[in-house]
Amino acid sequence: MDVTLTVNGSRREARVEARRTLADFLREDLGLTGTHLGCEHGVCGACTVILDGEPVRSCLMFAVQARGATVTTIEGLAVDGVMNDLQEAMRESHGFQCGFCTPGFLMQITAMLAENPTPTEAEIRDTLSGNICRCTGYESILNGVLRSIGAPVPESQTH
Amino acid sequence: MLPASLEEALSALAEYGPEAKMLAGGQSLIPLMSLRLAQPGVLVDLNGLATTLSGIEAGASGVRIGAMTRHRAAERSELLAQRVPLMAETMPLIGHAAIRSRGTIGGSLSHADPAAELPAVVLATEATLIARSLRGGERTIPASDFFEGYFTTALAEDEVLCAVEVPDAPPATGFCVTEVARRHGDFALVGVTAAVTIDQGLVTRARIALINVAERPVRAERAEAALVGAKPDAAAWAEAAALASTEIDPSGDLHATPAYRRKVAGVCVRRALETAAGRARGGR
Repeated sequence: MDVTLTVNGSRREARVEARRTLADFLREDLGLTGTHLGCEHGVCGACTVILDGEPVRSCLMFAVQARGATVTTIEGLAVDGVMNDLQEAMRESHGFQCGFCTPGFLMQITAMLAENPTPTEAEIRDTLSGNICRCTGYESILNGVLRSIGAPVPESQTH
Repeated sequence: MLPASLEEALSALAEYGPEAKMLAGGQSLIPLMSLRLAQPGVLVDLNGLATTLSGIEAGASGVRIGAMTRHRAAERSELLAQRVPLMAETMPLIGHAAIRSRGTIGGSLSHADPAAELPAVVLATEATLIARSLRGGERTIPASDFFEGYFTTALAEDEVLCAVEVPDAPPATGFCVTEVARRHGDFALVGVTAAVTIDQGLVTRARIALINVAERPVRAERAEAALVGAKPDAAAWAEAAALASTEIDPSGDLHATPAYRRKVAGVCVRRALETAAGRARGGR
């Protein structure tokens, strides 16, 4: 089946099997391997991308369902090879260790900030509850988000 | 297949029978397919009908919610917050943000997971579900008759759930949902939805639905009956909580024993009733 969609600002066309998930399509057909696949059944959040402004699990939809859609992946955040403010704040806060979950976290955070640019700490925690990180213990990720929005970062937890 | 009209979707279901499975938001069905627990031969994707089957509309005596309405749209709906506050309050408890972007109201109800929140919302609000098939046309099913067992509803194989209609509650009715989950966004170990109506200082009507204490969402009917005519006070909530926790027969699993579920159910009932009664009195 033919699929045409916009990914990170570029129009992309491909012919895919109906059963191809959006995640596999991004990785295998478009070569955008920044989107990671952890559990492949919607639990871990690593494959989160932004589809028409909403965060979605790309493992829980088929590529053919994204026809005509606008998709942003982790590759779409940096501008001309320069990390954006969120990415920079995450780096400053050591918001990742192995990095496997990072793309999903960043896309979920990006979607959250687009809707609510000044979330409270509780709102951030609530939003991030759908993404699993096995390294950091989450505090440094939370601090990265707080830093990116210019909110105070708890002193004892800064690195 | 991606039908462009409801008729086309209904024809496909009639043609393929048990081979076919409807795909709504895909947040339950696709995981089941990934795990090979579901292997449908034909997927009938209802997302092409998103405009026909979605939307939240105010009627004269209630609110109609299209089956393909996404959880996120419901979460953001002012109309729902005003007219069906129980559903609005429940939305943020369902899965996580990225799940709610895709998940649909109709999909969740049709999937009928006993641990899901929405089935208990339609039970406590005494909603009506509207289904359609090529064979039988439109059919309305009261929420109390809709859930039959584990992942099993009154829907026939060739029927599509099209909408849910939630009637307006009597004046001075308050609602509340409360649940205990190990992690925010997880399915609840136990949850409760409640509605309390207070008139002239007495409880005149109570609805209590429990999540994840049986193979389907259930009403605590003895507790409901005991509340009618009672003074809305701590003693009444405690008695109803005790009744509710004895009239259920929960099973145990890795996360909770039957005794623990019973205990937590009582606590949730008490909290939900107390908050709902406070809201009924006008203190939101």
